[in-house]
This record gives sequence, structure tokens and C-alpha cells, in this order.
Amino acid sequence: MAGNPARRARLRALALVAPLLIFVGVTFVAPLATMLMRSVHDPVVADALPETLALLEGWDGDGLPAEAVYETAARELERSNEERTIGQVAGRVNRVQGGLRSVFTSTARELRDARLDTGAAQDTWRGTMTAIDSAWADPAPWHALRTAGERFTSRHYLNAVDMERLPDGAIGRQPEERRIYLRLFGRTMLVSGAITVLCLLLGYPIAHLIARAPPGRADLLLVLVLVPFWTSLLVRTTSWIVLLQTQGVINDVLVAIGLVGDDGRLAMVYNMTGTLIAMTHVLLPFMVLPLYSVMRGIPPQYMSAAASLGATPLQAFLRVYLPQSLPGVGAGALLVFILSIGFYITPALVGGSDGQLISNMIAYHMQTSLNWGLAGALGGILLVGVLVLYMVYDRLVGVERMGLS
Amino acid sequence: MSGNDVHVEFAGVSKSYDGRTLVVRDLDLSVRTGEFVTLLGPSGSGKTTILMMLAGFQTPTGGEIRIGGRPIQNLPPRKRGIGMVFQNYALFPHMSVGANLAFPLEVRGMAAEERQARVGRALALVRLEELSDRRPGQLSGGQQQRVAIARALVFEPELVLMDEPLGALDRSLREEMQYEIRRIHRSLGVTIVYVTHDQQEAMVMSDRIAVLRDGVVEQIAPPEGLYEEPERAFVASFIGENNRLHGRVAGMVDRDVCEVETGGEMVRALKVAPCEVGDHVTLSIRPERVEINPEPGRYRNELRAEVEDLTFLGDHLRVRLAACAREDFIVKIPNVLGHGGLLEGDAVRIGWTASDCRALNHEGGDE
Repeated sequence: MAGNPARRARLRALALVAPLLIFVGVTFVAPLATMLMRSVHDPVVADALPETLALLEGWDGDGLPAEAVYETAARELERSNEERTIGQVAGRVNRVQGGLRSVFTSTARELRDARLDTGAAQDTWRGTMTAIDSAWADPAPWHALRTAGERFTSRHYLNAVDMERLPDGAIGRQPEERRIYLRLFGRTMLVSGAITVLCLLLGYPIAHLIARAPPGRADLLLVLVLVPFWTSLLVRTTSWIVLLQTQGVINDVLVAIGLVGDDGRLAMVYNMTGTLIAMTHVLLPFMVLPLYSVMRGIPPQYMSAAASLGATPLQAFLRVYLPQSLPGVGAGALLVFILSIGFYITPALVGGSDGQLISNMIAYHMQTSLNWGLAGALGGILLVGVLVLYMVYDRLVGVERMGLS
Repeated sequence: MSGNDVHVEFAGVSKSYDGRTLVVRDLDLSVRTGEFVTLLGPSGSGKTTILMMLAGFQTPTGGEIRIGGRPIQNLPPRKRGIGMVFQNYALFPHMSVGANLAFPLEVRGMAAEERQARVGRALALVRLEELSDRRPGQLSGGQQQRVAIARALVFEPELVLMDEPLGALDRSLREEMQYEIRRIHRSLGVTIVYVTHDQQEAMVMSDRIAVLRDGVVEQIAPPEGLYEEPERAFVASFIGENNRLHGRVAGMVDRDVCEVETGGEMVRALKVAPCEVGDHVTLSIRPERVEINPEPGRYRNELRAEVEDLTFLGDHLRVRLAACAREDFIVKIPNVLGHGGLLEGDAVRIGWTASDCRALNHEGGDE
């Protein structure tokens, strides 16, 4: 009985945090797990043509499969057509090799009529299918089907890093014109790095100013930093369009004071410049706040001490202040960088075509191409990248010194 | 003392932060070369401001500060060559003890070999040779204090300022460090200006103590002088314990002694502040200079009193008496004599010499 009160207290504590745990589970863990699962697990084709795929196991890959394979495939394609899953199946095969969508959909659709048409000359299923679409006289659709039929697959991840599994099973690079993701990852890293550096250059002096200001003024300055933070992201981003566009405020002013001619208006939005400017502005508070929090903990006495010991202001800053503010620099940089590489709305609105980042591509695959497996794989790579960064930071600086609390 | 011996000189220095109230008023103060001078006063007395003006972190509103005869107002702190020990040590937490000590030498561009030798000597001076590689956070308060002192001395400044450096230490450590600082001062012969609100600390280390109140030096004298011959009631009460009796001058006995009427008694006292018959004065009598039940006729000042309260404090017995219409007249009896079987409620006689009872300027308001 002695353990009972403690046990009850534990249960009560658990009951109190249960809503949060359930919320986090439903809104964070479950979607994340689902998306990551989708990036490696795709049962659509395997469920639609199970027997065909089983028979293809025994196919050596050279030449055409046996008649039995054609027969089973015809039956299962027809059933898939009746069950209205053929669209999804064809779409997945098409992702493995372009141009196969219509081969599968039309074959599935016309098989029934072809079979009933007993007057046809073809007496084999191979003949029947080849008559519907000549592509069946080639091993390519079968290779594609076999690849698309893997329940657990690495092809989304390979795809996400511009690789593919070659017909012989080896892993090789995608053809030149299909290599887009690595370059996009690279650009995302580069842009995020640039934004992080810009935020640091702009945020460090501001944070220092706030940390050293007398309490009343510090509060005011902090509010000035936070007001944009409280404003809708959409409003802030569209405001930048108003300011930066060709007929916008900044260009008008530049033209008015004669710095640029009316026909030489600067293109500052719908390109990389727009993405850089707007994202730096949006993410600046994430740099300023951790910096401020660390800097506030550095007593001004240290700078006085350095001066009394003979250091110039620059020496005092570089040797005494900067090293002590590094945890804040690390925390701010990590935050801004991680947020940048996953940023979506701002580049989507002001980025134009060359200001798009990897997250815009993920959104495209989620909403337009409906290739959720690839979206999941791209997201998964992004997630791993963030975790690696976090671990590097933890190793170098120590997460507990971040000063976010 | 010749004029050459003056190391630090404040001439008519004033300081105001808001342009209205003066934190330091018309300060004249000279510190001789090699002297240990303590600025002693309660908080708000301006002592730290004086130190900060000398170090260069505050600018005087008026007047001139000279070091070695040269005005220094326009020198930034780093060019004043003053060693400074801060209240909370201000040791750089991201550097080892050795690096902290090497810092002032590095910024002066000293060669690595010379640097190491100096750091070693400074650590030896404060007896911490073996802790060179530790971080300040791994040291005890007392050790950090020694490192801070070593760092202020390592570049061999002629003038060292200390701003309540022992404030964060516990009592026994504080006492130990007082003797340590005194030893270092004597062995190096540097000039030290020290700020504290602790009168005992000031007594232990200082050659001279300047007692400050409201931005004004009330008295500057060696410790014995302040204790034995306070010139103002504030000094008498701030340095050591004393009995303060308020009264009115009733008559003059001779040039040095006056008669004061206090609480219905007539007391003879040494005339310290200039006073006339009828003036209000404050009498200051040290508790250990009062004798209980003296031989009759031994003192001209002999009054009746009643024992209110006895407290045994080891080295002395503290007796609270009702006398001169007050109930907080304190007498200390050293433990060498015993206390003659005093009991609470006893009626006793008390007596003291006129020279131990000082008639000072009247201090109103703090009754």
C-alpha cells in the first residue's frame, strides 16, 4: 500500500500530459511516420498484380516472359480495370519508365473486348496484348512492372538523389536531363547558408544593442524585433512583393532619384534575390532571440575588465565577447538554417522559377504529380540532414548551451 | 612627504549621473606612492564611482584626476596602466587561469617566453601555481579571488584598484584574504586604492582610510586615528561600536573640555567639533572605555545606571545599561577581568575619562 500514493501521482501526471502526447502523436509522429513509410513502401502495384509479379520472379530478364505470364497479367490487368485501380498502377509504372501509362491503361481497357472477339487471329495472350499495343512485344514494360511491383523499394530515395536502378540491377546515375534534385538540394543548402550568414550579420549587432540597452529601451527594441514575428507570414512576404517588384516602391524611389533609368528597373523579386531578401527578413527574429538570450548573460564587466587589462575594443570583442556569444551564434545559425532548408511559402511566392527550393519540389510532388513516395523520400533526406546538423552542433557546442530556455 | 610622492590626486572632482544630484562632491584626495588607501562608506556614498572615475569607466563632471602629476581624463582605461580587481572577479570563463593571466600580456604584444615567466611569477605570488590549466568555473571563490588579483598584477601596474573584491566570500575566507592582500601589498610596494563597506576589512589592510558619506570624505586618517579620534559623529558610528548621546553644551571647563547636559546628567567631554554654550552636540563613547563600578573618585564622569541585559560573547561580556535617560548604553567588559557577579536589574555606577568622551557635531534624525 505504501507505493500507492506515488503510483497515483504518477498516473495523474500521465493523465495530465496525455492530451499533449496524443496530440503530438496524431499531428506529428503519425504523419511523419506515414510519409517516411510511403517513401520506401508502395503496395499498389504489388496488390493489383500479385500473381503476375510472382511469375516474373522466374523470368531471367532476357527476351520476353513466358506465355503464362502474359495470361496472368491479362487477367489481373482486366480485374484492375474493373476495380478502377489501373490508373494508379499505370501511373507508378510510368514513373519507372515514361510513356508506359497509356500502354497499361489501354491494354487493360481493351483486353475484355479483344478476348470476346473470338474471330481474332491471335490465339495467344501475348498475341492479343501485342495487338492492342505493340509495346508488349518488347521486354521494357515487364522490367518496369517488375520494378514498380516491389513492395519495399529504394527507388524513391535513388530518384531523390538523381540515381536509378539500371535494367541489369546495378545503381547508376539518371540521364543528364533528369538530374534535378541534387542540384536543388545544393541550391537549397547554398541559399540557406547565405540567409544564415545574412541573418547573423544583421542580427548580431541588433542583439548586442538590445542586450546592452537599459531595461525600458531593451523591451521596446525587443518588441520591434517581435512585431514582424507576430505578423502573418503571408502578409510579410506579399509586402516584400509590393516593395521589390519592378513597379514597386524601391524601384520607384531609385528611378525618382535617378540611380537607375526607367527602362533599367531592377528585377528584385520573382528570382533568387527576392527569396534571399524576404527569407532573411522573415527569419531574422530566430537569429536575434537566441543571440540576445546568450548576450544578456554576458556581464558587461568582462568588457571593462578587458579594457582595464589593456585590450583595445576590437581585441576585447574578439577575445572576450565573441567567444562567449558563440553558443548564441550556434543556436541562431542552426535555427535559421534548419528553418530555411524547409521553407516553403516565401520562396513559392517571391522565388519565381530560379528562387525555388527543395520544399517547393516536395510540395509539387505532394499536390500536383501526386508522387507521395518521392515527396516522402525528399522529405526524409531533408530530415536526416537536419538531424546530422543538430548532432554536429551538439558535439561542437552542446545543445544545453543553446540558451533557448 | 614631498610632492613627488603623490601618486594619485583628485582635485575638486565632482560626478553627477543625472545632471542634478551629485554622487561625488568636490573631492580632494591624494594617495601617496606605495600607499594602501581604502574608500570606506555605506552603499550610495560614491566610493565605487570614485574608483570607476580613476579606472576610466566614468568621466568626472568637474575637477581633475592626476596620476603621477599627469591629468588622465582623456586617457581611455586601457592606456591608464591600472590593474583592477572587480567585484565579481570578471575572470574570463572561456579561458584557463593561465590564459586569463596571459591576456593583458598578449594584448601588449609580449613574447611568449616572457609571458610564461610572468604568468608563473604572478601565480606563485598568490600561491596557485598548480591551477594554471583550470577554468575559472572549476575554482573555489577564494581561488578565483586570488586569480583575479594575480591578473591585475601580472602586467606590473604601479596602481591597483580593488572594488569590494571580498564581498562574495564567506567570513573566514574573507579574513584570510585580507591578510593575503596585505602581504602582497607589502611585498610588491604597489599603490592600492581599495573600496569596501566593511570597516573591519578596511582596518586590517589600509595605511589610510577615507570614510565617505553622500559623496563627501568625512575623514581620512590611519585606522587608529579614525577609531581613537573620530572627528565626526558619522565616522565614530561607522568605525567600531560606540555609544552616542545627544546633548547640549552647558559650559566650558577649559580650551579642550566642555560640559554637556544629556539625559539629565552632566558629562565632561573632549571638544572635537567647535562649539559654543547652548549648541547641540553628539557625544561618542566607546563601550570598552567605560568602567562599571570604578573606584570612587577615579573619574570625573561618574553616573548611576541599571543593568538591563547581559550577553556573554566569549572574549567579552556585553552589558546593556539604562543610563542618561537611554536604555541602550553598551559597555564591554573584557573576559580577563570576570564580570564581578553582575546580574540583570543591578544598580551600578559607571565612569569614564573626559578624553574618551568626544563631543562631535550634532547628528540629528538618526536617533
